[in-house]
Amino acid sequence: MALRQTEMRPMGKPIGRKEDPRLIRGKGRYVDDVMLPNMLYLCIVRSPYAHARIRSIDTSAALAAPGVKLVLTGEDLASMNLAWMPTLAGDQQMVMATGKVLFQYQEVAAVVAETRAQAEDAAQLIEVDYEPLPVVVDPFKALAPDAPVLREDKEEKSNHIFHWEAGDREETETLFRDAPVIVSQKVRFPRVHPSPLEPCGCVADYDPAKSKLTLYVTSQAPHVHRTVLAMVSGLPEHQIQVISPDVGGGFGNKVPVYPGYVIAVAASLKLGTPVKWIETRTENVASSHFARDYHMTAEIAAREDGKVLALRVKTIADHGAFDAAADPSKFPAGLFSIVSGSYDFKAAFVEVDGVYTNKAPGGVAYRCSFRVTEASYLIERVMDVLAQRLGMDPAELRLRNFIRKDQFPYKSPTGWVYDSGDYEKTLKLALDRIGYEELRKEQAEKRARGELMGIGISTFTEVVGAGPAHLFDIVGIKMFDSAQIRFHPTGKVIARLGVRHQGQGHETTFAQIIAEELGLSADDVLIEEGDTDTAPYGLGTYASRSTPTAGGAAALCARRIREKARKIAAHLLEVSEDDVTWDGIAFSVKGLPGRSVSMKDVAFAAYTNIPEGLEPGLEATYYYNPPNLTFPHGAYIAVVDIDKGTGAVKVRRFLAVDDCGNVINPMIVDGQVHGGLTEGFAIAFMQDIPYDADGNCLAPNWMDYLVPTSADTPHWETDRTVTPSPHHPIGAKGVGESPNVGSPAAFVNAVVDALSPFGVEHIDMPIFPWKVWSILREHGISE
Amino acid sequence: MFPNAFQYEAPTSVDEAIRLLTEYGYDSKILAGGQSLLPMMKFRIAAPAVLIDVNGIDDLKGWREENGKLRIGALTRHADAEHATELRDRYPLLSRTARWIADPPIRNRGTICGSLVHADPGSDWGAAMIALRADVEVQGLEGSRLIPIDEFFVDTFATSLEENELAVAVHVPTPNGPVAARYMKLERKAGDFAIAALAVHVVMGKDGRVSEAGIGIGACGPIPLRAAKAEAALVGQPLTEETISTVSKLVPEDADPADDLRGSADYKRDLLRVFAKRALLEIAEELQERVGAE
Repeated sequence: MALRQTEMRPMGKPIGRKEDPRLIRGKGRYVDDVMLPNMLYLCIVRSPYAHARIRSIDTSAALAAPGVKLVLTGEDLASMNLAWMPTLAGDQQMVMATGKVLFQYQEVAAVVAETRAQAEDAAQLIEVDYEPLPVVVDPFKALAPDAPVLREDKEEKSNHIFHWEAGDREETETLFRDAPVIVSQKVRFPRVHPSPLEPCGCVADYDPAKSKLTLYVTSQAPHVHRTVLAMVSGLPEHQIQVISPDVGGGFGNKVPVYPGYVIAVAASLKLGTPVKWIETRTENVASSHFARDYHMTAEIAAREDGKVLALRVKTIADHGAFDAAADPSKFPAGLFSIVSGSYDFKAAFVEVDGVYTNKAPGGVAYRCSFRVTEASYLIERVMDVLAQRLGMDPAELRLRNFIRKDQFPYKSPTGWVYDSGDYEKTLKLALDRIGYEELRKEQAEKRARGELMGIGISTFTEVVGAGPAHLFDIVGIKMFDSAQIRFHPTGKVIARLGVRHQGQGHETTFAQIIAEELGLSADDVLIEEGDTDTAPYGLGTYASRSTPTAGGAAALCARRIREKARKIAAHLLEVSEDDVTWDGIAFSVKGLPGRSVSMKDVAFAAYTNIPEGLEPGLEATYYYNPPNLTFPHGAYIAVVDIDKGTGAVKVRRFLAVDDCGNVINPMIVDGQVHGGLTEGFAIAFMQDIPYDADGNCLAPNWMDYLVPTSADTPHWETDRTVTPSPHHPIGAKGVGESPNVGSPAAFVNAVVDALSPFGVEHIDMPIFPWKVWSILREHGISE
Repeated sequence: MFPNAFQYEAPTSVDEAIRLLTEYGYDSKILAGGQSLLPMMKFRIAAPAVLIDVNGIDDLKGWREENGKLRIGALTRHADAEHATELRDRYPLLSRTARWIADPPIRNRGTICGSLVHADPGSDWGAAMIALRADVEVQGLEGSRLIPIDEFFVDTFATSLEENELAVAVHVPTPNGPVAARYMKLERKAGDFAIAALAVHVVMGKDGRVSEAGIGIGACGPIPLRAAKAEAALVGQPLTEETISTVSKLVPEDADPADDLRGSADYKRDLLRVFAKRALLEIAEELQERVGAE
């Protein structure tokens, strides 16, 4: 049951979400709600081919169509020096194709008209003459010496983008050489898509009188978008205002700058009027950046008693036509080297090779801290393969290999320093709550009767909250974040942060942090994010970084205000500052608890009765550069039953025990976990974007890219352990992504467990019923 | 996601609708529930020049029993069939099929006849109406005629309707004895088109043997199909486990599925067998209880 927003000392309490009354009643203001005078509409013409040379584009009929104001092609953008733009991964991407197209649904031309219908009608009239070229879909074939070179703009004439490695190759090889047990498993993490309910879009409004560009855009990182726009367009950054209004879900999809935004800006610059561009569902799924698509092979060297020794991982990363991953600059494979997970490996060696193919560009971190999901899925999956090979219970194998509580801070073999954790406690709570021993008994009885039941465990470790700044940057900008708090004279607060929420509940949780630090209720604090003209600079909301970075900034900024408030309180109480104490609600005189002033009294005095020598006003800004990342973890257990006749998997129970450090709002954490588990469930059982041999996208919209509804979704059980982060100002870690990171392995492990009597060691996601049926059929099982 | 421009007509009588159909021919499309047509128009896969909206024609609304048949008017929505408790005893397949269609908003708008005329092989009503041995009543300038469901579907998205004919109703025979039915469907997610679907309709004779059997196959061929061999093997037999086993193995023989993202042809054939077995076992149990109670 949610508590009222007027609750004092709100930290850790289930305060009702401040944003809900607005959003639930349909009163949110999303980008498509932005209506400006004289606004025009943009429609993009996209390539039907995955790889083709453009012989010519005839725009004459479109230009003559009713209501059409402008038609743009790649050549037009080239003349504005806007045909290409940088990706966040340090590659460059075509805004509109010049010369040739590299993936189906690539942007080829654009029409601007008075209505959206007119724009779409005219778009149909644009005739593009294509000369189809050989298509490269398979990333392994892309690396063959005779493969067609896709990226003619690159100096290196090859489809290989990067080689990246982490860990100690020699030590790993040595341990493998002498290991009594080695298991190896190939694991694919399919190409999936964040698919927020609201697709991407923008309104670009260039005002020639003020030489100012206002861009309303569905952005998880408005400040970064402004900087990139300034770099791409040449407009001075202070003459660009990026406003990210209410965002209908992001999940990593709205971190990048998309060609549509640049085209809309170019059109507005040319026409001097506002131009709106809103993606269709197909455009969102088929052209905006995908996630994952990792082809991984993991090997574990272990002793016969199950103690793991070393881990070796090789990965081919399919990035599509442009490396448009949203990874920090020095990390082309993101934080994938967290792949040793929750286990105390002596050594590890991890390699990733990025590859170009004729597919949509990517891959973004879909509800994931830069490739952590791929890493967690891989290690959790392969630990089960090891358990199976050794005939050991997967829970027992994990307990035997966990990094122990007394080993923290723990330096991983690939160089991460885990801040804190208690893996054994979390798993034991999960085993206890789900009734693990009874479930195993039930499973044994069912197996004897020929029924298929499986139990899957995932005990993942995440790495979230980038910075610190010395390690992480995006297009050169260091990954800190910020908060600015201002008291009004009546004791009410406005706080602005450099991040941008899209459903995470910042308007409530950040108000709780600030209220807790300042003796207020969440109701007293208004949180504002997303307007680059008012908010302090920040890197945005993704990778579960808001609480670790901006949350830290909010707490430290409030403490900075409290320091000044103490001086004012001393003045009001007529004692020296040393005699003033703060009890969480009010300042009082040491030893005289009756004499106190509240923060509201202090705020009023800051504007009306300021002590001599002190600046009036009560506000502060804090830019927080975290000393380390935070490492949330969890123990998830799935219980499944398999229908032998149809191959359908029913998730009977799913328990998520999360440890995200100190909890700001348990209700919001539960909501985050429910949402992420639902996405993890979808990834495990129904999501993939396949391409045929000609590069045609076979799941370009929600007819075939499947997004579950409540009718599909299992009941989620949640619980928590609390191991605070030792370095975070309020001991919190991120949580939004844990359930997406941790759950796919639990689902797959459960299905494999159900089928393990037949020697099945692995099934690639998504586990459609036909895959299970095929395995059963191979083993002569049917109804 | 805007359709091409189109002319909109809203006739208030069947005759007027037919006149418009005659005038515009293949350039026009009938709009009933619009749950397939409008998405296709938004994707610009369909671009009719004229939409003839029949929602204002009162004669197309409602159902009635006459001459040993249930006549279901063309504007009957899926949700009407789903919630019509008065039809559940004699026409159980209607609600059992309707509840599997897409999602509640689609069921509230989409129509049974519209779905049949659209002739998507994955349509739930196609399989159900085959099982029910329905007739589609169509009306043209020359008057009306009944098209038996087995002659109605010609190919994917193609029926034996003439260019200027309007489907005005579907007729379902009233069963002559205790009846039970099941609709079995497997989807990749709730609301998805079927991987495979099977509609089974059984009427029990006084002698305890099956007097009528209808088995329709969905999503396993270019059109909805009839499991004729299985039906023949079922009629005249008691619903024993042996009969059920024999019959369910015959169902896939009349299917013609293709390999696709939903699974292989072999998989879909086997699903039909499993569905048939499960449906008939449940039907046998239900009819046994019913006959026992009587």
